[in-house]
Amino acid sequence: MTKVRTRLSLPPTVLKGEVFEVKTLVTHPMDNGFMFSRDGQRIPRHIIHRFEASFNGALVFRADWHEAVSPNPFMSFHASVQESGKFDFRWYDDDGTVHTASAEVEVV
Amino acid sequence: MGEQVRALQDDEFLNPGLFAVEYGEELWSTQTGEMGLSCQSCHGDASESMRSVAAGYPQFDEELGSLVNLEARINEMLTAYMDAPALPHESDELLSLTAFVTYQSRGIPIGVDISGEAERYWQEGQEYYTQRRGQLNLACNQCHDDLAGFNLRGDRISQGHVNGFPVYRLMWNSMGSLHRMFRWCNWAVRAEPYELGSGEYLSLELYLAWRSSGLPIEAPAVRP
Repeated sequence: MTKVRTRLSLPPTVLKGEVFEVKTLVTHPMDNGFMFSRDGQRIPRHIIHRFEASFNGALVFRADWHEAVSPNPFMSFHASVQESGKFDFRWYDDDGTVHTASAEVEVV
Repeated sequence: MGEQVRALQDDEFLNPGLFAVEYGEELWSTQTGEMGLSCQSCHGDASESMRSVAAGYPQFDEELGSLVNLEARINEMLTAYMDAPALPHESDELLSLTAFVTYQSRGIPIGVDISGEAERYWQEGQEYYTQRRGQLNLACNQCHDDLAGFNLRGDRISQGHVNGFPVYRLMWNSMGSLHRMFRWCNWAVRAEPYELGSGEYLSLELYLAWRSSGLPIEAPAVRP
Protein backbone atom coordinates (compact mmCIF):
# COMPACT_ATOMS: atom_id res chain seq x y z
CA MET A 1 0.00 0.00 0.00
CA THR A 2 1.27 3.43 -0.74
CA LYS A 3 -0.45 4.88 2.29
CA VAL A 4 0.78 3.82 5.72
CA ARG A 5 -1.96 2.07 7.68
CA THR A 6 -2.02 1.14 11.31
CA ARG A 7 -3.94 -1.41 13.31
CA LEU A 8 -4.37 -1.54 17.07
CA SER A 9 -5.67 -4.15 19.45
CA LEU A 10 -6.27 -3.45 23.11
CA PRO A 11 -9.22 -4.05 25.39
CA PRO A 12 -11.71 -1.15 25.49
CA THR A 13 -12.34 -1.72 29.19
CA VAL A 14 -9.94 -3.00 31.85
CA LEU A 15 -9.87 -3.38 35.62
CA LYS A 16 -7.77 -0.98 37.62
CA GLY A 17 -4.19 -2.28 37.69
CA GLU A 18 -5.00 -5.21 35.43
CA VAL A 19 -2.17 -6.23 33.09
CA PHE A 20 -3.29 -6.30 29.46
CA GLU A 21 -1.60 -6.65 26.12
CA VAL A 22 -1.37 -3.82 23.61
CA LYS A 23 -0.79 -4.96 20.04
CA THR A 24 0.14 -2.66 17.18
CA LEU A 25 0.79 -3.22 13.52
CA VAL A 26 1.87 -0.74 10.86
CA THR A 27 2.26 -1.20 7.12
CA HIS A 28 5.69 -0.16 5.96
CA PRO A 29 8.16 -1.50 3.39
CA MET A 30 11.10 -1.18 5.84
CA ASP A 31 13.64 -0.97 3.01
CA ASN A 32 16.95 -1.68 4.72
CA GLY A 33 19.17 0.12 2.22
CA PHE A 34 21.09 -3.00 1.19
CA MET A 35 18.77 -4.16 -1.56
CA PHE A 36 19.03 -3.46 -5.26
CA SER A 37 16.20 -2.99 -7.68
CA ARG A 38 15.99 -4.92 -10.92
CA ASP A 39 17.81 -2.20 -12.84
CA GLY A 40 20.73 -2.30 -10.42
CA GLN A 41 19.91 0.81 -8.43
CA ARG A 42 20.34 0.68 -4.68
CA ILE A 43 16.99 1.10 -2.92
CA PRO A 44 17.63 3.80 -0.32
CA ARG A 45 17.04 3.05 3.34
CA HIS A 46 13.46 3.81 4.30
CA ILE A 47 12.42 2.45 7.65
CA ILE A 48 10.51 3.44 10.72
CA HIS A 49 13.30 4.06 13.21
CA ARG A 50 11.37 4.69 16.37
CA PHE A 51 8.11 3.63 17.93
CA GLU A 52 6.60 5.37 20.92
CA ALA A 53 3.51 4.80 22.99
CA SER A 54 2.24 7.25 25.54
CA PHE A 55 -0.67 7.16 27.93
CA ASN A 56 -2.37 10.43 28.79
CA GLY A 57 0.68 12.28 27.48
CA ALA A 58 3.31 10.34 29.44
CA LEU A 59 5.69 8.07 27.58
CA VAL A 60 5.11 4.44 28.58
CA PHE A 61 6.90 2.46 25.90
CA ARG A 62 9.58 3.21 23.35
CA ALA A 63 11.49 1.09 20.87
CA ASP A 64 14.27 1.91 18.44
CA TRP A 65 14.00 -0.07 15.25
CA HIS A 66 16.84 -0.80 12.89
CA GLU A 67 17.37 -2.11 9.38
CA ALA A 68 16.79 -5.75 10.28
CA VAL A 69 13.16 -5.26 11.26
CA SER A 70 10.80 -6.96 8.82
CA PRO A 71 8.23 -5.15 6.71
CA ASN A 72 4.89 -4.36 8.36
CA PRO A 73 6.37 -4.29 11.88
CA PHE A 74 4.35 -5.79 14.69
CA MET A 75 4.96 -4.56 18.21
CA SER A 76 3.23 -5.64 21.36
CA PHE A 77 3.80 -4.83 25.00
CA HIS A 78 1.97 -5.19 28.28
CA ALA A 79 0.60 -2.34 30.33
CA SER A 80 -1.59 -1.62 33.31
CA VAL A 81 -3.38 1.63 34.05
CA GLN A 82 -4.83 3.25 37.14
CA GLU A 83 -7.30 5.55 35.40
CA SER A 84 -9.21 5.85 32.16
CA GLY A 85 -7.36 7.57 29.38
CA LYS A 86 -6.00 7.57 25.90
CA PHE A 87 -3.08 5.70 24.36
CA ASP A 88 -1.21 7.61 21.66
CA PHE A 89 1.07 5.71 19.32
CA ARG A 90 3.68 7.32 17.11
CA TRP A 91 5.84 5.77 14.42
CA TYR A 92 8.77 7.93 13.31
CA ASP A 93 9.50 7.47 9.63
CA ASP A 94 12.88 8.08 7.98
CA ASP A 95 11.24 10.53 5.60
CA GLY A 96 10.35 12.77 8.54
CA THR A 97 6.68 11.99 8.84
CA VAL A 98 5.18 10.69 12.05
CA HIS A 99 2.39 8.15 11.71
CA THR A 100 -0.05 8.29 14.56
CA ALA A 101 -2.90 6.30 16.01
CA SER A 102 -4.74 6.39 19.29
CA ALA A 103 -7.15 4.34 21.34
CA GLU A 104 -9.20 4.93 24.47
CA VAL A 105 -9.07 2.63 27.47
CA GLU A 106 -11.71 2.81 30.17
CA VAL A 107 -11.12 1.62 33.71
CA VAL A 108 -14.21 -0.06 35.14
CA MET B 1 1.51 -24.45 4.10
CA GLY B 2 3.09 -24.55 7.54
CA GLU B 3 1.27 -24.10 10.82
CA GLN B 4 2.84 -20.70 11.44
CA VAL B 5 1.70 -19.29 8.12
CA ARG B 6 -1.73 -20.78 8.75
CA ALA B 7 -1.83 -19.04 12.13
CA LEU B 8 -0.83 -15.75 10.53
CA GLN B 9 -3.60 -16.13 7.98
CA ASP B 10 -6.26 -16.94 10.55
CA ASP B 11 -5.35 -14.07 12.85
CA GLU B 12 -7.60 -11.17 11.90
CA PHE B 13 -5.20 -8.78 13.54
CA LEU B 14 -1.93 -9.99 12.04
CA ASN B 15 -3.02 -11.01 8.54
CA PRO B 16 -1.39 -8.33 6.36
CA GLY B 17 -3.83 -9.05 3.55
CA LEU B 18 -6.58 -7.34 5.50
CA PHE B 19 -4.87 -4.01 4.94
CA ALA B 20 -5.62 -4.49 1.26
CA VAL B 21 -9.24 -5.23 2.15
CA GLU B 22 -9.39 -1.98 4.12
CA TYR B 23 -7.96 -0.06 1.19
CA GLY B 24 -10.40 -1.79 -1.14
CA GLU B 25 -13.26 -0.71 1.09
CA GLU B 26 -12.14 2.90 0.71
CA LEU B 27 -11.90 2.54 -3.04
CA TRP B 28 -15.34 0.96 -3.16
CA SER B 29 -16.94 4.23 -2.08
CA THR B 30 -14.51 6.58 -3.87
CA GLN B 31 -15.84 8.37 -6.92
CA THR B 32 -13.83 7.87 -10.06
CA GLY B 33 -14.10 8.51 -13.77
CA GLU B 34 -15.92 11.09 -15.87
CA MET B 35 -19.36 10.18 -14.62
CA GLY B 36 -18.57 10.72 -10.96
CA LEU B 37 -19.61 7.25 -9.92
CA SER B 38 -18.19 4.91 -7.33
CA CYS B 39 -18.75 1.16 -7.09
CA GLN B 40 -21.12 1.94 -4.24
CA SER B 41 -23.33 4.21 -6.41
CA CYS B 42 -24.75 1.16 -8.18
CA HIS B 43 -23.85 -1.83 -6.06
CA GLY B 44 -24.60 -0.29 -2.67
CA ASP B 45 -23.51 -2.18 0.39
CA ALA B 46 -20.83 -4.64 -0.73
CA SER B 47 -21.50 -7.03 2.13
CA GLU B 48 -24.88 -7.75 0.53
CA SER B 49 -24.42 -7.11 -3.16
CA MET B 50 -21.01 -8.78 -3.44
CA ARG B 51 -21.78 -11.71 -1.16
CA SER B 52 -20.86 -14.97 -2.95
CA VAL B 53 -20.05 -13.13 -6.20
CA ALA B 54 -16.38 -14.10 -6.21
CA ALA B 55 -17.24 -17.78 -5.84
CA GLY B 56 -18.54 -17.85 -9.42
CA TYR B 57 -15.47 -16.43 -11.15
CA PRO B 58 -13.97 -16.85 -13.69
CA GLN B 59 -17.06 -17.13 -15.87
CA PHE B 60 -17.84 -16.99 -19.57
CA ASP B 61 -19.23 -13.64 -20.65
CA GLU B 62 -21.65 -13.84 -23.59
CA GLU B 63 -21.29 -10.20 -24.59
CA LEU B 64 -17.52 -10.13 -24.51
CA GLY B 65 -17.34 -13.64 -25.95
CA SER B 66 -14.54 -14.60 -23.63
CA LEU B 67 -13.67 -15.78 -20.17
CA VAL B 68 -13.46 -13.06 -17.52
CA ASN B 69 -12.07 -13.24 -14.04
CA LEU B 70 -12.82 -10.87 -11.20
CA GLU B 71 -10.00 -8.47 -12.08
CA ALA B 72 -11.17 -8.29 -15.68
CA ARG B 73 -14.76 -7.74 -14.52
CA ILE B 74 -13.77 -4.86 -12.29
CA ASN B 75 -11.86 -3.27 -15.14
CA GLU B 76 -14.76 -3.81 -17.51
CA MET B 77 -17.08 -2.06 -15.04
CA LEU B 78 -14.65 0.82 -14.73
CA THR B 79 -14.21 1.38 -18.44
CA ALA B 80 -17.66 0.50 -19.77
CA TYR B 81 -19.93 1.94 -17.09
CA MET B 82 -17.91 4.53 -15.22
CA ASP B 83 -15.78 6.12 -17.94
CA ALA B 84 -12.73 5.54 -15.81
CA PRO B 85 -9.34 4.23 -16.92
CA ALA B 86 -8.72 0.52 -16.39
CA LEU B 87 -6.52 -0.32 -13.44
CA PRO B 88 -3.19 -1.91 -14.32
CA HIS B 89 -2.58 -5.53 -13.33
CA GLU B 90 -0.97 -5.95 -9.92
CA SER B 91 -1.58 -2.31 -8.97
CA ASP B 92 -2.43 -1.73 -5.34
CA GLU B 93 -5.83 -0.45 -6.40
CA LEU B 94 -6.87 -3.46 -8.47
CA LEU B 95 -5.51 -5.95 -5.93
CA SER B 96 -7.24 -4.17 -3.09
CA LEU B 97 -10.59 -3.95 -4.86
CA THR B 98 -10.38 -7.62 -5.80
CA ALA B 99 -9.42 -8.53 -2.26
CA PHE B 100 -12.31 -6.48 -0.87
CA VAL B 101 -14.87 -8.03 -3.21
CA THR B 102 -13.54 -11.55 -2.64
CA TYR B 103 -13.52 -10.95 1.11
CA GLN B 104 -17.31 -10.54 0.99
CA SER B 105 -17.56 -14.19 -0.06
CA ARG B 106 -15.52 -15.54 2.82
CA GLY B 107 -16.69 -19.00 3.78
CA ILE B 108 -18.77 -19.50 0.66
CA PRO B 109 -17.77 -22.59 -1.35
CA ILE B 110 -16.31 -22.05 -4.80
CA GLY B 111 -18.67 -23.10 -7.56
CA VAL B 112 -17.84 -22.14 -11.11
CA ASP B 113 -19.96 -22.93 -14.12
CA ILE B 114 -18.10 -25.04 -16.67
CA SER B 115 -21.07 -25.88 -18.87
CA GLY B 116 -21.68 -24.56 -22.37
CA GLU B 117 -19.08 -22.26 -23.81
CA ALA B 118 -16.96 -22.44 -20.68
CA GLU B 119 -16.27 -26.13 -21.18
CA ARG B 120 -13.81 -25.38 -23.97
CA TYR B 121 -11.79 -23.15 -21.65
CA TRP B 122 -11.98 -25.71 -18.90
CA GLN B 123 -10.43 -28.26 -21.26
CA GLU B 124 -7.71 -25.80 -22.25
CA GLY B 125 -7.00 -25.26 -18.59
CA GLN B 126 -6.77 -28.95 -17.93
CA GLU B 127 -4.36 -29.36 -20.82
CA TYR B 128 -2.25 -26.55 -19.44
CA TYR B 129 -2.28 -28.14 -16.01
CA THR B 130 -1.03 -31.50 -17.26
CA GLN B 131 1.37 -30.17 -19.91
CA ARG B 132 5.06 -30.47 -19.11
CA ARG B 133 6.86 -27.17 -19.54
CA GLY B 134 10.09 -25.32 -18.96
CA GLN B 135 13.65 -26.40 -18.62
CA LEU B 136 12.75 -28.59 -15.65
CA ASN B 137 10.14 -30.30 -17.81
CA LEU B 138 7.49 -30.35 -15.09
CA ALA B 139 3.72 -30.22 -15.33
CA CYS B 140 1.64 -28.57 -12.61
CA ASN B 141 0.02 -31.86 -11.63
CA GLN B 142 3.32 -33.62 -11.02
CA CYS B 143 3.89 -31.56 -7.91
CA HIS B 144 0.48 -30.23 -6.93
CA ASP B 145 -1.36 -33.55 -7.30
CA ASP B 146 1.26 -36.23 -6.81
CA LEU B 147 3.60 -34.58 -4.33
CA ALA B 148 1.39 -32.16 -2.41
CA GLY B 149 2.38 -31.97 1.23
CA PHE B 150 6.00 -32.92 0.58
CA ASN B 151 8.83 -30.50 0.97
CA LEU B 152 10.46 -28.68 -1.89
CA ARG B 153 13.54 -27.26 -0.25
CA GLY B 154 12.14 -25.06 2.52
CA ASP B 155 8.63 -24.88 1.10
CA ARG B 156 5.78 -27.27 1.49
CA ILE B 157 4.16 -28.08 -1.83
CA SER B 158 0.59 -26.84 -1.86
CA GLN B 159 -2.38 -28.67 -3.27
CA GLY B 160 -2.73 -25.89 -5.80
CA HIS B 161 -6.10 -24.64 -4.66
CA VAL B 162 -7.22 -21.13 -5.50
CA ASN B 163 -9.68 -20.31 -2.72
CA GLY B 164 -7.32 -17.84 -1.03
CA PHE B 165 -6.51 -15.43 -3.85
CA PRO B 166 -5.57 -12.63 -3.99
CA VAL B 167 -2.96 -13.58 -1.39
CA TYR B 168 -0.42 -11.80 0.69
CA ARG B 169 2.83 -13.55 -0.10
CA LEU B 170 5.61 -13.28 2.44
CA MET B 171 8.21 -13.86 -0.27
CA TRP B 172 6.97 -10.78 -2.13
CA ASN B 173 6.12 -8.69 0.89
CA SER B 174 3.00 -7.69 -0.95
CA MET B 175 -0.34 -8.79 -2.28
CA GLY B 176 -0.38 -10.81 -5.46
CA SER B 177 -3.04 -12.07 -7.81
CA LEU B 178 -3.45 -15.63 -8.99
CA HIS B 179 -1.87 -14.74 -12.32
CA ARG B 180 1.20 -13.40 -10.61
CA MET B 181 1.47 -16.73 -8.83
CA PHE B 182 1.11 -18.53 -12.18
CA ARG B 183 3.92 -16.41 -13.56
CA TRP B 184 6.02 -17.19 -10.54
CA CYS B 185 5.30 -20.94 -10.89
CA ASN B 186 6.23 -20.83 -14.57
CA TRP B 187 9.40 -19.00 -13.75
CA ALA B 188 10.19 -21.57 -11.03
CA VAL B 189 10.14 -24.43 -13.54
CA ARG B 190 12.13 -22.18 -15.86
CA ALA B 191 9.38 -21.74 -18.40
CA GLU B 192 8.56 -18.51 -20.19
CA PRO B 193 5.62 -16.99 -18.28
CA TYR B 194 2.53 -15.74 -20.08
CA GLU B 195 1.20 -12.21 -19.67
CA LEU B 196 -0.98 -11.33 -16.71
CA GLY B 197 -4.59 -11.74 -17.77
CA SER B 198 -3.68 -13.82 -20.82
CA GLY B 199 -6.07 -16.40 -22.26
CA GLU B 200 -3.86 -19.29 -21.14
CA TYR B 201 -3.93 -18.15 -17.54
CA LEU B 202 -7.66 -17.45 -17.60
CA SER B 203 -8.34 -21.00 -18.77
CA LEU B 204 -6.02 -22.36 -16.12
CA GLU B 205 -7.78 -20.21 -13.54
CA LEU B 206 -11.13 -21.69 -14.56
CA TYR B 207 -9.77 -25.22 -14.38
CA LEU B 208 -8.23 -24.64 -10.96
CA ALA B 209 -11.36 -22.96 -9.65
CA TRP B 210 -13.34 -26.00 -10.75
CA ARG B 211 -10.69 -28.19 -9.12
CA SER B 212 -11.23 -26.23 -5.89
CA SER B 213 -15.02 -26.67 -6.05
CA GLY B 214 -16.60 -26.76 -2.64
CA LEU B 215 -13.68 -25.25 -0.78
CA PRO B 216 -14.69 -22.16 1.17
CA ILE B 217 -13.17 -18.88 0.05
CA GLU B 218 -10.62 -17.67 2.57
CA ALA B 219 -9.17 -14.61 0.84
CA PRO B 220 -7.00 -12.77 1.63
CA ALA B 221 -4.83 -15.78 2.42
CA VAL B 222 -1.18 -15.68 3.42
CA ARG B 223 1.38 -17.69 1.50
CA PRO B 224 5.04 -18.25 2.36
